[in-house]
Amino acid sequence: MFAIFQYPFIQNAFIAGSIVAIVAAVLGYFLIVRGLSFAGHALSSIGFAGAAGAVLLGVSPIYGLMVFTVTASIAISVLGREVRERDVATGVIMTFALGLGILFLSLYHGYAEQAYSILFGTIVGVSRDDVVFTFVLGLILLVVIAIIGRPLLFSSFDAELAETRGVPVRALGSIFLILIALTISITTQVVGILLVFALLIGPSATAIRLVHQPLQAIFLAIILGLAYTWLGILLGGNSPWPVSFFITALSFGVYLPVRLLSKGIDSKRSAKGFEKLSITDSALASQKDRND
Amino acid sequence: MNSEIQEPIIQLERVDVQLGGRVILHNIGLSIQPGEFVVILGPNGAGKTTFLRLLLGLIQPASGSVRVLGQTPRVGSHLIGYAPQHRVFDSELPLRGRDLVGFGLDGHRWGIGLPSRSRREKIDQALKEVDGLDLADAPFGQLSGGEQQRLLIAQALLTDPRLLILDEPLANLDLAFQQDVVALIDKVCRTRGATILLVAHDINPLLQVTDRVLYMARGHSAIGSPDEVITESNLTKLYGSPVQVVHTLGRYFVVGAEV
Amino acid sequence: MIDILRHDFVQNAFLAGAIVAVISGFVGYFVVLRGQAFACEALSHIGFAGALGAALVGASSLEGMFVFTLLAAVGMGALGKRLSGRDIEVGMVLSFVLGLGVLFLSIYTENATGAVGVLFGSILSVTINDVQVILGSGVFIIILMAVLYRPVLFASIEPEVAEARGVPVQRLSILFLILLALSVSVAVKVVGVLLVFALLVVPAAAAEHLTHRPWLAITISILISLIATIAGLTFAFIGHWPASFYIVSLTSLFYFIALIVHAVRSPRRYRELPHPSREVLPPAD
Repeated sequence: MFAIFQYPFIQNAFIAGSIVAIVAAVLGYFLIVRGLSFAGHALSSIGFAGAAGAVLLGVSPIYGLMVFTVTASIAISVLGREVRERDVATGVIMTFALGLGILFLSLYHGYAEQAYSILFGTIVGVSRDDVVFTFVLGLILLVVIAIIGRPLLFSSFDAELAETRGVPVRALGSIFLILIALTISITTQVVGILLVFALLIGPSATAIRLVHQPLQAIFLAIILGLAYTWLGILLGGNSPWPVSFFITALSFGVYLPVRLLSKGIDSKRSAKGFEKLSITDSALASQKDRND
Repeated sequence: MNSEIQEPIIQLERVDVQLGGRVILHNIGLSIQPGEFVVILGPNGAGKTTFLRLLLGLIQPASGSVRVLGQTPRVGSHLIGYAPQHRVFDSELPLRGRDLVGFGLDGHRWGIGLPSRSRREKIDQALKEVDGLDLADAPFGQLSGGEQQRLLIAQALLTDPRLLILDEPLANLDLAFQQDVVALIDKVCRTRGATILLVAHDINPLLQVTDRVLYMARGHSAIGSPDEVITESNLTKLYGSPVQVVHTLGRYFVVGAEV
Repeated sequence: MIDILRHDFVQNAFLAGAIVAVISGFVGYFVVLRGQAFACEALSHIGFAGALGAALVGASSLEGMFVFTLLAAVGMGALGKRLSGRDIEVGMVLSFVLGLGVLFLSIYTENATGAVGVLFGSILSVTINDVQVILGSGVFIIILMAVLYRPVLFASIEPEVAEARGVPVQRLSILFLILLALSVSVAVKVVGVLLVFALLVVPAAAAEHLTHRPWLAITISILISLIATIAGLTFAFIGHWPASFYIVSLTSLFYFIALIVHAVRSPRRYRELPHPSREVLPPAD
């Protein structure tokens, strides 16, 4: 079973996958706390056009992804709008970006194969150069989030209070979106654009249901993310089935029972009269208030 | 009024209502005569909305008898007009005032419903009654709260109801608009002889037009004229804790209760 | 150009495209009114697994879509309001379902073309048989939608009042989701899973920015999706770019034009209405 690790492409996949799992779990935690999980979905759809454009120009899709997602995240910050699912305008832009992506790919020769690998990931196609690039970018992302993490968390829970205490709330929000854009770009190598949710949101969504202390939750999310990725590669490498399927199935398979069981805990707690909601719920609620 | 010889519009005897195993209303008995203007008061969670849903036939009593307009309530009666608690409408709601009002006439019917002159006239008539003709073609979502409320009353009037049930029509309205809406409902009550059942948080804007008050708290109720019902002994019994009532300057203030 | 129309596959494409455009424009009006754009996207993603799963059991992709989206519609209808505002839960289910689609694909064939066809539409491969199925579903959807028209409109805006007037609100919402599932399934044939939004939401959203009259909005919505589909197909046959790209671009263009028109004329239009029962005081001397 572990014999597959002799192959260099499996080694590459394993290293790149591990880096991505850690970075995605950490950033995903903040994404959920800020109630922006839909933004992750929107940015990755927009990234598809970038990846396809890069293929057409003959460069690695990751550069196109970075350019498009970072531009989109800056645009969102400049417009100062929240990305919400109800917003049809966001949906129109996402759909148009996907359409643009398909145009770029249709102009390229290996149309279907490229589209498939961008959409669903081809982790076994990761080269040694990609690994180095992913490592450097991942390290930068982790360092930046380590620096801004505390004020970011503070401003996610109570933006107004944080502002009076001198936290640059808006600037932090913009930087954070750019970090998310870059995270999506590297995560796509492993699970593809359509399945980014499984590694970005899945581990943290599960962890938040289990522990409430931020550092513990992030730590648990990293362990879960690594477990999904390693098991996914191990199972995918030993079977004809794709790695990205195993990762999504694991992510969902762990999340589902945790979600169903923790629901009972939540209602018990509120029945006792405690006001302490789980992090997700209160963050979503405050987000909603701000929206109204 | 010769209400003695007429059959009551609403008659409840020893009614209990349970929802999800919890007793919401307990041993409610009352009777309301045609043409009465009844205001329902009480704190949040007192069972006011449950009471209205009972009259509309949306829920069934656990025991006791409920008669509305001489029969057991069932949904779909065109003799009851209903405007639920104030809802927030999307400001981008892509419908005109006229479309919303039209729901009251035939919104529940199957099929697309062809436009006809009589339909249009009926809707115009209802709009006129609430001074809302000039709002007919305006986008509903962009009207003010008071304007929306007037159109929703027009909607409830379209089937020519004998009983009008209004759940907090004055909520979220500023004072001037409250006066307009109260005057409008009173006019409907007088000119059509319709019975009004209106839930409110505050009796004071309605004192001039109220015939009787139904005060509900903790699943219990008391009914009578404002002077009879809003008294310290009555409310203390209803709330189960000491309550003071200050009656001054022609207004009521209830102190010590969470209203 | 006219020569092209002699080919069977071109005729099929135009026929299927036109029928789907009319269905989407009509059903889309209610999707936008009810705020169910996300449900529409969810159904299409679930349909992806269905379309690829169908290949495993030897059924057509349309049949697979029908089965999966119908089941999902009933499930979503049963969950009802509990689904709203649950980005994370819905997102997790969707990514799992897409992963399942990838699995089906890899079991059935290593060929990626099938997946891309489902994802981005394959209107040029529509057979006369497909056209018949699409036409049949279309007639069914339009007739049922016309029957349900008034109660659905009523229940979408004022569920409490509608319920009190005897409208079966909950059952109606499941029925509507089933119609939406059928519409999504046929729309996928034309624009693909990822671009269903372009036909089922965008034209209606544009129309609802342009008018507040229900029937006018439905007409405009149908016209936008028809024009975009026919023009998109025509461009695709003349040029070399994919039809779904043209269709998406055209409907998006209509949407942003409508957005601008709406922004230019609406904010000032009704705000100045005088309050009828408030007297206009003469200016004090």
